Amino acid sequence: MADSSFKPDRASEEGAEQGADSQPGASVPESGPTRAQAEPAPAHEPEESPHEPDAHEPDEHGGHGGHGGHGEHPQSFFMKYLWSTDHKMIAMQYLFTGMAMALIGAFMVYVFRMQLAFPGMSVPGFGTVSPAEYNALVTNHGAIMIFWVAMPVLIAAFGNYLIPLMCGCDDMVFPRINRLSYQIFLLSSVVLICSFFVEGGGFGGAWTAYPPLSANPQYSLTPLGATLWVIAVALEFVAFLLGGINFITTAMNSRAPGMKMYDIPIVVWMIVVASILFMASVGPLVAGAVMLVFDQTVGTGFFDPKRGGDPILWQHLFWFFGHPEVYVVLLPAVGITGEIMTVFARKKLFAYPVVLYTVFATGILSFFVWAHHQFIAGIDPRMANIFTVTTVLISVPIAEMMFVYIATLWGGSIRLTTPMLWALSFVGEFLVGGVTGIFLGASGTDIYFHDTYFVLAHFHYTFVPIAIIGTFAAVTFWFPKMFGRMMDERLGKIHFWGTIIPFNMIFIPLFVLGAAGDHRRIWSYENFPELARPELQDLRVLATISMLVMLSFQLVFFYNFIKSLMSGPKAGRNPWQANTLEWTAPSPPPHGNFATLPTVYRGPYEYSVPGRDKDYWPQDAPS
Amino acid sequence: MIEHYVVAASSYAKDIDGLFDFMFWLVGFWFVLAEGVFFYLIFRFRAKQGVKGEYITGEKKSEMRWISWPHYLVLACDVAIVVMAVKVWMNVKQELPEADATVRVIGQQWAWSFAHPGPDGKIDTADDIETVDELRLEVNKTYHFRLSARDVLHSFSVPVFRLKQDAIPGREIVGWFKPIKTGTFDIQCAEMCGIGHGLMPARVVIEDAAQHAAWVAEQSQHKVASLSAKPGAE
Repeated sequence: MADSSFKPDRASEEGAEQGADSQPGASVPESGPTRAQAEPAPAHEPEESPHEPDAHEPDEHGGHGGHGGHGEHPQSFFMKYLWSTDHKMIAMQYLFTGMAMALIGAFMVYVFRMQLAFPGMSVPGFGTVSPAEYNALVTNHGAIMIFWVAMPVLIAAFGNYLIPLMCGCDDMVFPRINRLSYQIFLLSSVVLICSFFVEGGGFGGAWTAYPPLSANPQYSLTPLGATLWVIAVALEFVAFLLGGINFITTAMNSRAPGMKMYDIPIVVWMIVVASILFMASVGPLVAGAVMLVFDQTVGTGFFDPKRGGDPILWQHLFWFFGHPEVYVVLLPAVGITGEIMTVFARKKLFAYPVVLYTVFATGILSFFVWAHHQFIAGIDPRMANIFTVTTVLISVPIAEMMFVYIATLWGGSIRLTTPMLWALSFVGEFLVGGVTGIFLGASGTDIYFHDTYFVLAHFHYTFVPIAIIGTFAAVTFWFPKMFGRMMDERLGKIHFWGTIIPFNMIFIPLFVLGAAGDHRRIWSYENFPELARPELQDLRVLATISMLVMLSFQLVFFYNFIKSLMSGPKAGRNPWQANTLEWTAPSPPPHGNFATLPTVYRGPYEYSVPGRDKDYWPQDAPS
Repeated sequence: MIEHYVVAASSYAKDIDGLFDFMFWLVGFWFVLAEGVFFYLIFRFRAKQGVKGEYITGEKKSEMRWISWPHYLVLACDVAIVVMAVKVWMNVKQELPEADATVRVIGQQWAWSFAHPGPDGKIDTADDIETVDELRLEVNKTYHFRLSARDVLHSFSVPVFRLKQDAIPGREIVGWFKPIKTGTFDIQCAEMCGIGHGLMPARVVIEDAAQHAAWVAEQSQHKVASLSAKPGAE
């Protein structure tokens, strides 16, 4: 019960939840691994002085060295880092697992892009790439980057980290469900990695896993790999269902007193809507995954046309989930961008209610667009007309969202810090992904572009801004809060330009290749006389070399990350002079987050309010 | 723009290319405008010493119109795109013009087989000409294709025709094309179909009437010869 006594003014029902949970594992005193290394036995300090509104100045450093530390109950490493129910620790677990999976996904893209640029070469670190290996690499690159990188990092890591802090509460509503969520996610990662090494090799039927190829080992030739892959994906969905419950309930029920619906920071809204979309759309796919595993292992025929099944059924189940899924990962990244742009433009978010309406409109519409992935898949051609209308229509709320962000810059005082550069590049690059999507949503042009590199370049222009740019924006922005230290700005900018320029150099050539007729998932283009032309091969080489440059610049990020973690300058509570509640907590926040739970007096984006000395006005500062 | 890289060899290829060009300029205009305003604002409102940001809620009518007008315009452009796209789609996929001839296309791991009508001009008769990885067509004739798959999903993709259609086991999908240029072009499989997915290239050979007739005659002679050879051997 050390937990509850630590914060006597905690709302009673949350105290009960925490109290029920305060087995040794629950009362984790620390939030970041560095702090534990720097201060192995933090002294038990008295409670922090009650929170004062003026206490969050940028130069405000000292005084919270060992906050929340319970020296007399030292936590074992296992309890502290692996069995924690603290939302911040779970966020870190998701973040670092996601980053580790990103490295695996990046290694895969390195191998198969080398094969495409230099067919038949022995790729350093891998060897020659056989067609079966090539298929397994592209399949798992896609699956990993979406399910094991974008989802855990954007939704789970930042959702877990930000929702309680931004809503001004001490933890998630269901901390142990939260812990279970991560554990199932970790299990799913392990199952996925195991699937690469079983007999027959990893699954190679593309990340969409269309049956009958995926359902029948006789066709896929990966009897174990395919089954493990489907099980891993299904487990991953279970993990995010558990996480989603927490995000929605916490944001709806545990907000600080005074925080009305329009006072919720936009990123919290985005993660909540994303969680609702995920939970509403994933059911059919989990059912489909079970049917697929049955088809693979016990010989049912749900997707087997010879026994009355229908392979197209899977496509409907998959894309009914798959398209909302795009918005599930998009929305948190858009939210993160909004937070960062308002802070560094010193501007109120333009038309906050409009942003919310566009989010809801996008969310609802996203359930009615799935068949645009199936225009030429053998559905009734008349159905394509309906889905063209809904798909093209979704450009309206998304365009409006982008207009709002651009309008937010008007009249600002824009500081081009590293997080701001990432946030701005999200808008600039996502626009490319957005406008190229219209060519694919319009049935007429999709006949030609479907399953070409044009599609591939299009969705990388959405997913790279979402999963890569959005993540870097969030990490560089909240790093001071997460670890209590500032990142190096100069290295950050080198990393930024070293990522953004090669990123465009990879995917602009791929748009051209798609228009020239390159189909996806082709092991080698040497067999197609029209595609083996040297001018097209040059573009493939250009894309591969740009990819190598982009990957090598990630070393700068890791160096910066580790260096700043060890020896970056100490960050105060509020180094960016931001308004939202997480900046009123110490950096890093202790278990329980706030010494005194904050009360909210205004919206999150009151920057540059006329008549005030400071150009920011924290949400919890009384007027 | 597509025809710069890939020959337009079917009657509807230029419609799809035209639709692409129309959308390219329309969407390109919006893209350049949005990016232009975006970079201009970043430049114009960069932080300057002693200049504070402005307090704009964006919730007043006079401010809202900056996003509501563009969004009506986007909606209008969307309507134009949908109308154009559906028109092309109906022509290519939904309506089926009378055919001069029919070919059968079958995808399997990992090859394409084709059945052409023999001298009688009909398929599914004894004199069908069957080929693997080579489709022979006569220029300026409207063809129906009957597409199916033996094992898994495949996708019959002929870039020069701007045509793509998935082949599904257990189903026969009928579509059409009309070649308008002679030559030899790639056929690809566009749907992941297993380890040989990248290794099932086929070719479409489009000939003029005389060449095609000669090919049909030659093939049917082969066929007659091999058919008559067999019973004789026993």
